[in-house]
Amino acid sequence: MSEEGTIKKLMYVNRKAPYGTIYALESLEVVLIGAAFDQDVCLAFLDDGVFQLTEGQNTDGIGMKNFSKTYTALGDYEVTRIYVERESLEARGLSETDLQELTYEDEDDDWAEKPSLHIVGSDELAQLMAEQDVVFSF
Amino acid sequence: MKFGIVVNEGPYQHQASDSAYQFARAALAAGHEIFRVFFYHDGVNNGTRLTVPPQDDRNIVERWSELATENELDLVLCVAAAQRRGLLDEGEAQRNGKDADNIAPGFRISGLGQLIEAAVQSDRLVTFGD
Repeated sequence: MSEEGTIKKLMYVNRKAPYGTIYALESLEVVLIGAAFDQDVCLAFLDDGVFQLTEGQNTDGIGMKNFSKTYTALGDYEVTRIYVERESLEARGLSETDLQELTYEDEDDDWAEKPSLHIVGSDELAQLMAEQDVVFSF
Repeated sequence: MKFGIVVNEGPYQHQASDSAYQFARAALAAGHEIFRVFFYHDGVNNGTRLTVPPQDDRNIVERWSELATENELDLVLCVAAAQRRGLLDEGEAQRNGKDADNIAPGFRISGLGQLIEAAVQSDRLVTFGD
């Protein structure tokens, strides 16, 4: 029954703000564990999920762990494609400059550091979702 | 078709577990296979045998246990999500120095790899939750 070697296109969709509920943190835990499975992985952030990637998060006042730096380590887990919906940013008064810089080192290009963050419109994001084998929804 | 099912919300609070249960029953009745039901986030609360719902209401946990027994379903609670929320099997309780365990029959506790495996091995992964 085992289908070792199966590679599927997996997208993790993140739609919720980082600290109001645990979805964002537990989604990140799935992404980190999932990296060991050598699948074709990408992440999408939309709706309030775009707040997960904002720069300068400070949780001192709410007594919760600030896990925002973990996103910057995703490149080390071979997560190289992170899509953020433009409409969601704009509706919240955010732009790309409000987000953390997310990069990866391209092993096929002499380990050159490249951006993994891509701002895409909802039409393009819908197209990307349609191309996936599996969509994890958080 | 081979389905993987994900339940992301707790029982009674949210319809997700009810809908997942109805979906699982309907899929099995139609001759489909269920590779695994994976419980994540507050969904792990579907696996406690200590729930005592009113007698005139459905017993969500028992319903899952019965479905698992009748169909040899694999019901998996995420270990990290379960530990945070006080869902322990005998082994976890011992390892963590706790004086009780509370896993319902038919459920087992395992890691997030089981979710990824279900996604890769199933024809469709169906998520129930917000």
